[in-house]
Amino acid sequence: MLVVFIVVYSVFPFYWAVISSFKTSDALFSSNPSFLPVPFTLTHYQNVFSGAEFGRNLLNSLIVAGGTTLICLVLGVMAAYALGRLRFPPKNAVLYLVLAMTMFPQVSVLSGMFVLLRETGLFNTHAGLILSYMLFTLPFTVWVLTGYFRGLPRELEEAAYVDGATPMQTLIKVMLPLTGPGLVTTGLLAFIAAWNEYLFALTFTIGNNVRTVPVAIASFGGATPFEIPWGSIMAASVVVTVPLVILVLIFQQRIVAGLTAGAVKG
Amino acid sequence: MLTIRQTRLAWLLVLPTLLVVAFVAGYPLAQVFYYSFHRADISFVEPTEFVGLKNYIFLLQDPDFRGALWNTLRFTVVSVFLETVLGLAIALVIHSNFRGRGIVRAAILIPWAIPTVVSAKMWQWMLNDIYGVINVILVNTGLVANKIAFLANPNTVLWAMVAVDVWKTTPFMALLLLAGLQLIPSDIYEAADIDGASKWQQFWTLTLPLLTPALVVALIFRTLDALRVFDVIFVMVGVNTATRSLAIYNRQTLIDFQDLGYGSAVSVAILVIIFIFVVLYMRVAGKGVRGED
Repeated sequence: MLVVFIVVYSVFPFYWAVISSFKTSDALFSSNPSFLPVPFTLTHYQNVFSGAEFGRNLLNSLIVAGGTTLICLVLGVMAAYALGRLRFPPKNAVLYLVLAMTMFPQVSVLSGMFVLLRETGLFNTHAGLILSYMLFTLPFTVWVLTGYFRGLPRELEEAAYVDGATPMQTLIKVMLPLTGPGLVTTGLLAFIAAWNEYLFALTFTIGNNVRTVPVAIASFGGATPFEIPWGSIMAASVVVTVPLVILVLIFQQRIVAGLTAGAVKG
Repeated sequence: MLTIRQTRLAWLLVLPTLLVVAFVAGYPLAQVFYYSFHRADISFVEPTEFVGLKNYIFLLQDPDFRGALWNTLRFTVVSVFLETVLGLAIALVIHSNFRGRGIVRAAILIPWAIPTVVSAKMWQWMLNDIYGVINVILVNTGLVANKIAFLANPNTVLWAMVAVDVWKTTPFMALLLLAGLQLIPSDIYEAADIDGASKWQQFWTLTLPLLTPALVVALIFRTLDALRVFDVIFVMVGVNTATRSLAIYNRQTLIDFQDLGYGSAVSVAILVIIFIFVVLYMRVAGKGVRGED
């Protein structure tokens, strides 16, 4: 009974968004709405993709979230290997710095970041957004990956050294393949964080060239300010959410492990 | 020889991360402190001028700041409390062995994965005063006589925000607490069973104390998150004074009012408030957390 309640509570809002996106406008604004998508229509999806704008927003989100993930993983692996496996005297100081940053409120650097992006000419560019996203994705990635590197058995590394490998070769040829699962998890978490981000995307972009999906959905308007196109909003919401939900369901074990690793060790 | 080479390599590997951190956190933070002592507009149309503590003095007398602080505190306390209770209940349910627990765990990940903006829009639609499904259900089941304009009524709007936030973030809480539960060895419960302790007694005397470290960590994460709430409120109701949070007020001062100086002072104030919460939590639960290391 309790179990059913938990499942319904968790899933119903998303279910409602999905069926709303397939209903005709008449059915949407009925006083007694059906719990099934009848009559069924794809109009809202056609509306969402009829202009070039939403496609552009999706592309922007892909570029920004993909770029953030990639850079984060490359930098994160390097730093985490050093922090997790190498002799590095200021190790704890760096780890505390990283931990402090994960607790850092994004809004507190809003003005400073605005100034920084203006000065560097990165305001309203993909690169600028990616750079600003490092603030909340990089510390988390370093933190979680350091945990993964620490957990690897020492013997493998020693065997590599005995064979005359340098630390760098050891990292690339021996350690990196072993951290595969960790990379997938942290990469996914970084991607989701960047894909979902709103405050920076809203503040550091103008117009539609760089604007990401969350900003677009939040500002979806109808023909007149009084007419809110709920069907289209729900369709767009489903489009951006379904890939995430699928990814999360496929990788659920790893995501749960990554999320708790990031926090429990704090 | 190897250790020296290792340390040098370690520096090389950490350096890019440190540089990025300095660039995206250190530099902007320095700017925020700098401008909080200046009069400046965000487009730099007028020359920046040093004004000492003037922004901070204004902040202490600013009723809008106080309103935003009050909204944020109410939002944080109530939503974190509800998330903890609900999250603990869900964690206990998943932790007890039953068929289909995998489905429950998958189900609770859905709210977590949904972008906050999307969840805000979904709930805005469900809470719609005329066509919203929540009003339809409430009226049809006879729980209320007339439909409620949750988002237009200043008495309900903040609690509607809390409800949306609780829905979205309880899974995170539940997962952290579940991880904590799984660390508790099961034989102590067997011992308690033999001693004749009821499940209820076991929960209060065994589970809860042993769960404290996980609970504290989860509370810190969620509290800090709730204190900087922006997306859900901004998307659902904009800059309405009944719900304006500190983060929303901060962005408003910077972008809408173009006031870089005062906006930066608000940013510093938010940092200080969050810092106070961290110190408080560490003090209260310092033992539990340190004991874990």
